[in-house]
Amino acid sequence: MSVADRTARDHESARPADPGDPLPRLPGHVSRGRFERVLRAGHFAVTAEIAPPDSADPVEVAERVQLFDGVVDAVNATDGSGANCHMSSVAVCALLTRMGYSPIFQISCRDRNRIAIQGDILGAAAMGICSILSLSGDDVSVGDHPQAMPVFDLDSISLLETVRVMCNESRFLSGRKLTQAPALFPGSTINPFVPPYPQRVRQLRKKIEAGALFIQTQYCFDLERMRDFMRQVVDQGLAERCYILPGVGPLPSARTARWMRSNVPGVHIPDAVIARLEGSSNQREAGRQFCVEMIHALKELPGVSGVHVMAYRQEKHVAEMVRKSGVLGQRVPWYPQADAVEIAADFHTPDTPDTQPTAAQSI
Amino acid sequence: MYVIRQWSTRHAGMLETLYLGLSPALFKLLVLLSQVTGERLDGVITWLEKILKGLLFDCRMCGECVLSSTGMTCPMNCPKQIRNGPCGGVRVDGCCEVKPQMPCVWVAAWEGSQRMRHGQRIEELRFAVDRGRTGTSSWLALARTDPLERKL
Ligand code: SF4
Repeated sequence: MSVADRTARDHESARPADPGDPLPRLPGHVSRGRFERVLRAGHFAVTAEIAPPDSADPVEVAERVQLFDGVVDAVNATDGSGANCHMSSVAVCALLTRMGYSPIFQISCRDRNRIAIQGDILGAAAMGICSILSLSGDDVSVGDHPQAMPVFDLDSISLLETVRVMCNESRFLSGRKLTQAPALFPGSTINPFVPPYPQRVRQLRKKIEAGALFIQTQYCFDLERMRDFMRQVVDQGLAERCYILPGVGPLPSARTARWMRSNVPGVHIPDAVIARLEGSSNQREAGRQFCVEMIHALKELPGVSGVHVMAYRQEKHVAEMVRKSGVLGQRVPWYPQADAVEIAADFHTPDTPDTQPTAAQSI
Repeated sequence: MYVIRQWSTRHAGMLETLYLGLSPALFKLLVLLSQVTGERLDGVITWLEKILKGLLFDCRMCGECVLSSTGMTCPMNCPKQIRNGPCGGVRVDGCCEVKPQMPCVWVAAWEGSQRMRHGQRIEELRFAVDRGRTGTSSWLALARTDPLERKL
């Protein structure tokens, strides 16, 4: 592709001048983010979770995110997940936007009241963050600071409502006006794998009514239950009102799977999955293979718009798993170094056939 | 533990009927009382509400009572104080992720609401409570709102 072509395409708002800047807002879009664009364009989206480091060094964030280059459309920065202390999600997201990535800012209601949360929402938008995920959060008792005060001033639905008020009505909850409203793509979570099962679809409806435009689910290890859930979601017309990205992840071993099942709130792993790991000579490999198959199978479910990969301590295998699953097809999600790679390719092999998948085909 | 609270959830339908039957008269009385005595009886009424609802529902006196919309189950007993539950951590046996001995408040709320005439109210969105009202009486607040806006 010639430089002129690329400039023309850039002009069509494929990417900002500076990778850290949000993209121009397209008609019908609520944010200026790449993640919303990918979903609205009808692509099967892939997101992944980045574990914020226990460090003050931004390089550690860069190293972690680069593992996902070219396979994910957005990166979720967790907010003290499992009630353990790490670098704050808003800071991780700010570092990511500086590098040009498209982060999803997770906000849990556990640690901050409505004053702090609204301040963070404005700050996040000011730092180029375009997507936000509202969560209740794990209780402090499961984390490494059980002495902490659990806040839970808002719940995830009230938080969605807060985002809606700030973005759409350009005001704080108090009514005080904002001089510039944030433009955020709001999402939340659903766990279809725990009781009360019939209520989970209603919970989804509530979240959509509160403003959620995308949903990332808890780990899916039970395809049948997911299928059942999605059937109801599609039947009730909810899949047209929000994008649903089931959560997936590789289980490292049968033992860890058992431990997760009994110790991590909300994780449901069927016996058959554990038996399959147990019966394999390389359990880690088998866990990843299961994850690849799950990603592939989820793409076929009606109403599913993407997957969310949570590969705790196996982040370096995310790219390989996503590629193996084939869900991206020829598409290469844009990443900050994509341009450099592409320019280098132009320079060295000027007659590269156009059918080669390059970042050019990405959003 | 939680025996009476669970009884109330199981009998949510009956309690609703009782509430709907008695509340118009009681609220009239309360309105009258607060017009005549001003705020002098607030302490007593608040105390009465606390005792009665505390006994039946383990009420936490949030000041924005929603019992009649949440299956006669007090959502403030949820360790995460979720007003639009349940969260994603409910255990397989229906117990709370934080307090394994306690049936999830929101699982109970859904069950209770199925037994109630206006059970569908549980599906309404409810914004987080006004923490400034903690410890105040929901009854008095209701009695002092415009009768047209009063939702029993
Ligand atoms: S399991 Fe139920 S009671 Fe416990 S925190 Fe979650 S919603 Fe609240």
